[in-house]
Amino acid sequence: MLILTAIAVVRMHSLFAVAMLSGVFSLLSALLFVTLDAVDVAFTEAAVGAGISTVLVLGTLALTSRFEKPTKRSPIIPLFVVFVTGAALIYGTLDMPNFGSPDAPAQTHVGPDYLERSVEEIDIPNVVTAILASYRGYDTLGETAVVFTAGIGVLLLISGFSRRRRRDDDDDEESEET
Amino acid sequence: MGFELTQEYILGHMNYWLFSVLMMTGLYIVVAKGNLVKKIVGLNIFQTSVFMLYISTGKITGGTAPIFPLDMEVDPNVIYSNPLPHVLILTAIVVGISTTALGLALIVRIQEEFNTIEEDEILEIERAIVLAENAIHGDSMGGRA
Amino acid sequence: MRHHLILRVITKILVGAIMLFAFYVQFHGDFSPGGGFQAGVIMAVAFILYGIVFSLDSVKRVFPPWLVHKLVALGVLLYAATGVLSMFLGYSFLDYDAFVPSHPSSGQHYGILAVELGVGITVTAVMVAIYYAFAGRPPRLSDEEW
Repeated sequence: MLILTAIAVVRMHSLFAVAMLSGVFSLLSALLFVTLDAVDVAFTEAAVGAGISTVLVLGTLALTSRFEKPTKRSPIIPLFVVFVTGAALIYGTLDMPNFGSPDAPAQTHVGPDYLERSVEEIDIPNVVTAILASYRGYDTLGETAVVFTAGIGVLLLISGFSRRRRRDDDDDEESEET
Repeated sequence: MGFELTQEYILGHMNYWLFSVLMMTGLYIVVAKGNLVKKIVGLNIFQTSVFMLYISTGKITGGTAPIFPLDMEVDPNVIYSNPLPHVLILTAIVVGISTTALGLALIVRIQEEFNTIEEDEILEIERAIVLAENAIHGDSMGGRA
Repeated sequence: MRHHLILRVITKILVGAIMLFAFYVQFHGDFSPGGGFQAGVIMAVAFILYGIVFSLDSVKRVFPPWLVHKLVALGVLLYAATGVLSMFLGYSFLDYDAFVPSHPSSGQHYGILAVELGVGITVTAVMVAIYYAFAGRPPRLSDEEW
């Protein structure tokens, strides 16, 4: 289903349909995250991907065009690049541990250690929040700063402050000329 | 090659290969399509499939979500999936939405300046601007922009 | 949107429920899936939904832009202040054991609560600010041409 949605995004020319399909893709991936036992991630992906992202893309469509013009370039070079990269990725995953094996290196060092330590030290049921806010709290501070910076960036770009100032300058120039 | 192509091996690695296919679809949208909004959507698809690949490495067969019962009576026989990839991907999702918001804001400004959001037309307009500036200031810059 | 009666009535009912759910997710982040980010996004969605169905001016009257801009900074400040406060109390930066030295897990509870609140405030304000910025521009097509 996910692959079909992604291929549909490739083929569609109506950008409104592309926005809706990206929301569908996010919801389906949230379902996948739940089956992979990642409930916090599924919650965030559903809220952010299917909620905010769709609203932002639709807002952009209202300010730009609704359709994609068909491109005249040939798809040979991008297909070649994609195949080479995909082959390299698959070659890299050939000696990774099997899906779900309990003695993979990812499961043996810090993960179980956090699970054991958080019972005595932090004593809250949701281990993901405990790691996010306490054991890796510094990373979360950086992430909040990233959200802050993105908000400021968008405000600087399109909040309309500069247009008001430019209009005031034009009015001043006109009044000086007359 | 040091592995046998058994059924267990294929089933154990099928998830990595499927997510790689998704990643390559997203990459194809970014590289091949000319519309800027579609490129941003393709980037989102790429990011989400990377998250899926990462989270699938944290899953333990027979495990459950890493949330203890409410009275904190932890049963030592219950296997919990690894919570560390979840934390990293939570951060990555939020960073991804920040990048998307900034990219879309840039697209709105590009539309205002160039009156189009197709990459080919933008390149044409920029080339025309460079040629016009070259014609005006060409002598003082030695004939090249 | 004046003639979409069903949308307006349902939105009036839903917006309160969405805000309550956002508070629930924020404060139950310790016990069930949730936390600052999800709660912030859900709370922002309540305001955005109100702004879409009713006009942008009416939602700007409820949540004025100057307040949004101040809240964007307040959340990050709250997070950093929690860390600095634990530094002033003698422990290292962002060490929540400083708040209740005799019972460290209670200190951790307070610290996590304050920190997630800061994250939730910033995420809400940033999403609402981005929506105000995008929706405040005059659109190229009118509603009927869509």
